[in-house]
Amino acid sequence: MKNCEYQQIDPRTLSVSPQSAQSLGEAKRQRPRRKWEVFPGKNRFYCDGRIILARQNGVLPLTLGLIVVTCGLFFAFDCPFLVEHLTVFIPVIGGVLFVFVLSSLLRTSFTDPGILPRATTEEAADVERQIDTSGSSTYRPPPRTKEILINQQVVKLKYCFTCKMFRPPRTSHCSMCDNCVERFDHHCPWVGNCVGKRNYRFFYIFIISLSFLTSFIFGCVITHLTLRSQTGKSIIQTIQESPASVVELVICFFSIWSILGLSGFHTYLVASNLTTNEDIKGSWSSKRGAEESGNPYTYNSIITNCCATLCGPMPPSLIDRRGFVLSDEAVPVGSASRMELPPFAVKSDVNMCTPSTKDMLERMVHTSDLHCLCPPGTPKTTPLVLEVPTSAATPTEPPNSTSCSGQHSIKPAADSCALFGLGTNERDSLHSINPAFRLASPSPSLSHFALNLSDSPDLGFVPLH
Amino acid sequence: MVVKNYDICCVYSCCCSGSDTSFPLIFVQTHSLQDLHQPTASSKVFVQRDYSSGTHCRFLTKFPSELDSRLDKQQFEETVQTLNNLYAEAEKLGGKSYLEGCLACLTAYTIFLCMETHYEKVLKKIAKYIKDQNEKIYAPRGLLLTDPIERGLRVVSFETNIKPHLK
Repeated sequence: MKNCEYQQIDPRTLSVSPQSAQSLGEAKRQRPRRKWEVFPGKNRFYCDGRIILARQNGVLPLTLGLIVVTCGLFFAFDCPFLVEHLTVFIPVIGGVLFVFVLSSLLRTSFTDPGILPRATTEEAADVERQIDTSGSSTYRPPPRTKEILINQQVVKLKYCFTCKMFRPPRTSHCSMCDNCVERFDHHCPWVGNCVGKRNYRFFYIFIISLSFLTSFIFGCVITHLTLRSQTGKSIIQTIQESPASVVELVICFFSIWSILGLSGFHTYLVASNLTTNEDIKGSWSSKRGAEESGNPYTYNSIITNCCATLCGPMPPSLIDRRGFVLSDEAVPVGSASRMELPPFAVKSDVNMCTPSTKDMLERMVHTSDLHCLCPPGTPKTTPLVLEVPTSAATPTEPPNSTSCSGQHSIKPAADSCALFGLGTNERDSLHSINPAFRLASPSPSLSHFALNLSDSPDLGFVPLH
Repeated sequence: MVVKNYDICCVYSCCCSGSDTSFPLIFVQTHSLQDLHQPTASSKVFVQRDYSSGTHCRFLTKFPSELDSRLDKQQFEETVQTLNNLYAEAEKLGGKSYLEGCLACLTAYTIFLCMETHYEKVLKKIAKYIKDQNEKIYAPRGLLLTDPIERGLRVVSFETNIKPHLK
């Protein structure tokens, strides 16, 4: 039956292939692209992919500025006096701490925190197939969680709609960077990056050394002002002689509380092998009072936990930023957004069509059953609705559709799809609705086709090269 | 190329309804052209991660039914178990890894400019093992084992119906 469908080819759609073949040829004539150039997340890359940062990294220069300015003032105004009256080791210690702080900050900011690359289309299809083998006869989205046992503890794995995979344990999707990050701790705006598996140790060293540095500068400035005022001058006079010290005092005073607090908190987290994310959510707080904390990842020893988190082996970066994009490689979900795609298919989630489109369409046109097709609105998918280019005037409002946000993109998608030179009106309407429905109810079930066709994209490209 | 990928991808999701015949044609067209050129489409079988002992990298040793006709269960289990052992070696916590970590910290991680991490060394070993296995065992059976690192350490994938001229 499916084979019969394949043979019903519309010759008009053949116009797609020479266009793409041409663009392929162009791509070939261009230099080979590195993977960071087609990275689907919201990250920025510098130095040809060697340095990775979050998109909103405006606060990082502020952090750097504060540290550099404070230390600069310290070395310029306080150190000469203290070297003269105390010891030469003061600027030496200050210098060492400053180098530690700066290097760990830059390391935290520029290191890949443990981003998980998005699932390739074949993998996503395979996962969909496994989810749907329950043989759900309705078209409602099946539950997207999987329960597994980790060290005799039940852990729920959630399905990430953006990355199209079940998130490994302790992995969380950062909405600011639009990536799944392993052992996700938090997204730190001061550092301009997520803090995850690969850069947590740098982050910890950063805050510990920064607490030492701020305490050290604070202590030295107090000593400086005290020593100056001991020669019989008043406080006002002392301050007038060394105004920079006051600036340093103020900066250090206000930052010391938060930095020390943060260091203490993270020391607790490291000792109990928790992440900020887990601690805030209370994932492992013992609900049944008498039992021990349910954290399945702890080694039940503070020293082992600390060593494992801070001194363990350094895992490699999984995103391979500087690798070259191979022309016959399976493209991960979402990376197509950077390539030559028709305007309506900017985001991969927009382009993924839902299954059961015909039934959905029938319902949409004839019944009022659309509410059930719209999910409670996962934050990751609903914003994409807004990104579908709206070249049309008014959205097609099916009868009784009220609350579903996905439907507003139906008409715009229809007009954009016309670029493809689609034939009949029926085809237009069917096609136009699909991307919107993907947004509305991201629950494809690829049970019938995934295994047989899942790898054809790879081979399918070969003759068109 | 990418356009094709999504065209075909759309086919899968839409076709699964089984009843929609007109929409998928736009994208199926591409697929069916490929079918004409390569009558045997290759498919991939994925072996997922095993999280029963935590977040360490392990893969399930359960034999996938799709490979039933092509591979010995024992061979499969041996390959996956060896991979698991290699990854365990990479992630092992012990004196050597602690020493490396502390040394790296003291040198502000500049030591990695001239030295490979232990993990990277084991990854090279794994790549070599997989290449070896492909040459000796899987290629003669028309299978291709891909290195999990290329898939973000999420899956071990076996590609079936590999024809020599496609490689």
